[in-house]
Amino acid sequence: MNKIVKKEKLAERIYRLEVEAPLIAASRKAGNFIIARTGKLGERIPLTVVDSDLDKGTITLVVQEMGVSSKKICALNEGEYITDLVGPLGRPTDIKKVGTILACAGGLGAAPMLPIIKAFKEAGNRVITILAARSKDLLILKEELAANSDEFIIMTDDGTEGKKGLITVGMEEVIAREKIDECIAVGPGVMMKFCALTTKKHNIPTMVSLNAIMVDGTGMCGACRVTVGDETKFTCVDGPEFDAHKIDFDEFLLRLGGYKDQENVLLENFEKSCKLK
Amino acid sequence: AKERVEMPEVPPMVRSKSQTTEVNKGLTKEMAVEEAKRCMDCANPTCIDGCPVGINIPKFIKHIENEEPLKAIATLKESSALPAACGRVCPQEKQCEANCFYTLKLNKPAVAIGHLERYAADYENNSDEKVVQEVAPSNGIKVGVVGSGPSGLAFAGDMVKFGYDVTVFEALHEIGGVLKYGIPEFRLPNSLVDVEIESLKRMGVKFETNFIVGQTQTIEQLREQGFKSFYVASGAGLPRFMNIPGENVNGVLSANEYLTRVNLMFAGSAEADTPVIKGKNVAVIGGGNTAMDAVRTAIRMGAENAMIIYRRSLEQLPARAEEVHHAKQEGVFFNTLKNPIEFLHESGKLNAVKVQHMELGEPDASGRRRPIPIEGKTEIIPIDVAIMAIGVSPNPIIPNSVKGLDISKWGTIEVSEETRQSSVEDIYAGGDIVRGGATVILAMGDGRDAAASMHKKLQAEMNN
Ligand SMILES: Cc1cc2nc3c(=O)[nH]c(=O)nc-3n(C[C@H](O)[C@H](O)[C@H](O)COP(=O)(O)OP(=O)(O)OC[C@H]3O[C@@H](n4cnc5c(N)ncnc54)[C@H](O)[C@@H]3O)c2cc1C
Ligand SMILES: Cc1cc2nc3c(=O)[nH]c(=O)nc-3n(C[C@H](O)[C@H](O)[C@H](O)COP(=O)(O)OP(=O)(O)OC[C@H]3O[C@@H](n4cnc5c(N)ncnc54)[C@H](O)[C@@H]3O)c2cc1C
Ligand code: SF4
Ligand code: SF4
Ligand code: FES
Repeated sequence: MNKIVKKEKLAERIYRLEVEAPLIAASRKAGNFIIARTGKLGERIPLTVVDSDLDKGTITLVVQEMGVSSKKICALNEGEYITDLVGPLGRPTDIKKVGTILACAGGLGAAPMLPIIKAFKEAGNRVITILAARSKDLLILKEELAANSDEFIIMTDDGTEGKKGLITVGMEEVIAREKIDECIAVGPGVMMKFCALTTKKHNIPTMVSLNAIMVDGTGMCGACRVTVGDETKFTCVDGPEFDAHKIDFDEFLLRLGGYKDQENVLLENFEKSCKLK
Repeated sequence: AKERVEMPEVPPMVRSKSQTTEVNKGLTKEMAVEEAKRCMDCANPTCIDGCPVGINIPKFIKHIENEEPLKAIATLKESSALPAACGRVCPQEKQCEANCFYTLKLNKPAVAIGHLERYAADYENNSDEKVVQEVAPSNGIKVGVVGSGPSGLAFAGDMVKFGYDVTVFEALHEIGGVLKYGIPEFRLPNSLVDVEIESLKRMGVKFETNFIVGQTQTIEQLREQGFKSFYVASGAGLPRFMNIPGENVNGVLSANEYLTRVNLMFAGSAEADTPVIKGKNVAVIGGGNTAMDAVRTAIRMGAENAMIIYRRSLEQLPARAEEVHHAKQEGVFFNTLKNPIEFLHESGKLNAVKVQHMELGEPDASGRRRPIPIEGKTEIIPIDVAIMAIGVSPNPIIPNSVKGLDISKWGTIEVSEETRQSSVEDIYAGGDIVRGGATVILAMGDGRDAAASMHKKLQAEMNN
């Protein structure tokens, strides 16, 4: 049982939660995630550790309402408890000094991106961050990302804030004007696929953090498997970060929809039961 | 001699609709006494040689015959930590019952040792009288257990009785290891495992769930907190795949994923949030206990056709004989001498498996006749779900996170056969992480051996 000590709405359907988890706060590194479960019949879902506070013994999670399980976590209030929380999971980001980093965050990807750029910046890299979303209201963690970047660019599909256009347009502009040593992309699967295609043209080593479907998060089930360079890897223990140019994105995107029909039924039932109450 | 008493079962048509209804109903007192009378109390009880933990079989059976089941359970508990589980899941036909005088000399069905063991254990569980377990006064020495499967639980039980301050760390949110997330309720009800866990808690064992040793905290950090010694029983939880084309399409999943969703997360029950794929035509690849559990779970989830695809023949199935028998009764089709070579799909969704027909050749190292492909004979079988149950590998978290630990080329932890001690002085190990996949009774036996040997060492240190 882990207590929520602070809750804040960042955008429509997106919340920041500060949760008591002293051991995880002490051992987590950039790139790690946890698995959370709400309620005795709840589902185990992976969430990135966005930040931690060693004095308070808390970790920060940013959760977007998608289906039943994320909605249940977002419905919890300050003082209430997440039933189970385990971690830190996954390999931490491989942080080293490489020169200039191009960090591409799409939508909710801003959350997992924050600890990654913090660590790269601390390691002495120049960090250029592009934050992209469909529209102004969906841009989150702007101040935090800006504070940890040498240069910060905002893009929206509809032009309601920052530059108008897809993230790849912004990437091409940066790549055209200066040498990028490594790119990191975190966001929706389709976005990461196109980021990877963009940097491949320019031969820029690129890493993405995959949000595969998971159950245990410890290597026990294989639900999270992904093909990386003709080899099957488990996202939870071999990842979540992989060489973007080696990933079979089409397979990854199909697998993300693997439980779609079942999830939709669960969501309908959940929303019906909410209305009844 | 009398006929072996038959175990009453819930009819296949009824039980195959419920994930939780136990198939075997258990012997009545009259049946148990009847069956106990068949045991001839042999002067040289060969059955005991067949039991990996050497239970005094004729002695416990005699107590049942004398209508003293609590004495029977006391005898059982001298050697087994969880007779209610072993009576149900031991491969008796390969162990104790294979070595019964009836099997060896009379060519008749063995004394139903497993069923009698279950009878005694259930009697105790259902009665108010309990066999009292003596716990030595606390010695304050902290020991840690990694993993709460049968091996870790057996170890914890013995150590707390010796007076140690025992903490069991478990990565999952639930205690019990494979007994909970793997073996389904229709074979081993969770409540039986919970009884054992409650009794360990009463004796003072502490449980830390959602705690991954090596990640949440390391062994080194636990040492700093005063843990004097560790027993690693982290199991062989990693699923293997075949590495054939199409294996990552939606609809192909590991038995671990399937069973975890259903048994640990209760997927399939109306109130649970975890989804599960319910196929119409389900194929389970493999022939062991895990394969039987998966295919029978699929039937309970509403599959219209459920089949086992196995590359050897029916006689060579490694699963417990009783499970194969029950699976057949429930309508499972055994498609033997076939080996999958490709999964076919439409827009990323499984729709068929291509199998290679096999025949049996010369015996291999294990003495079983080796399956060899019949050139040019393949077949396409339409299916919408494929469940891979072709084996597991050792959990790598501890092997990767502890320096100086000797690991075999299979990824198992190397220990001294005699003491269960690893190459790191304060770390002992047993169960599937050492054996690479074995049985509940062997895992528990290791836990008890490790407890005895660790106790001896710590005592010697204390007296110095
Ligand atoms: C390593 C890792 C880190 C993650 N970090 C975060 C985080 O910090 N914050 C956060 O909000 N989410 C994060 N996610 C994604 C999060 O786990 C999913 O959004 C969540 O599991 C959805 O569960 P649900 O029951 O609410 O929705 P579901 O009912 O499971 O899904 C609703 C819809 O979303 C789709 N979907 C399901 N799973 C995913 C997924 N993993 N990614 C994208 N779409 C999915 C489904 O196809 C479905 O249409 C992370 C995932 C991984 C693997
Ligand atoms: C589906 C299935 C059916 C089976 N049927 C039978 C049967 O009928 N009869 C039989 O005798 N045997 C059967 N077996 C085999 C038997 O269950 C195993 O041999 C036995 O459970 C091994 O016990 P264990 O304690 O070594 O490991 P496990 O039961 O695997 O328990 C290991 C535990 O350790 C935890 N863990 C792992 N790493 C860590 C870590 N770093 N920190 C904290 N915790 C950790 C895991 O989460 C797990 O709970 C079956 C197995 C399966 C999968
Ligand atoms: S523990 Fe298993 S092998 Fe031993 S007597 Fe009992 S059922 Fe037979
Ligand atoms: S071998 Fe069979 S008959 Fe003889 S003591 Fe053992 S169980 Fe009884
Ligand atoms: S989530 Fe189960 S193996 Fe990765």
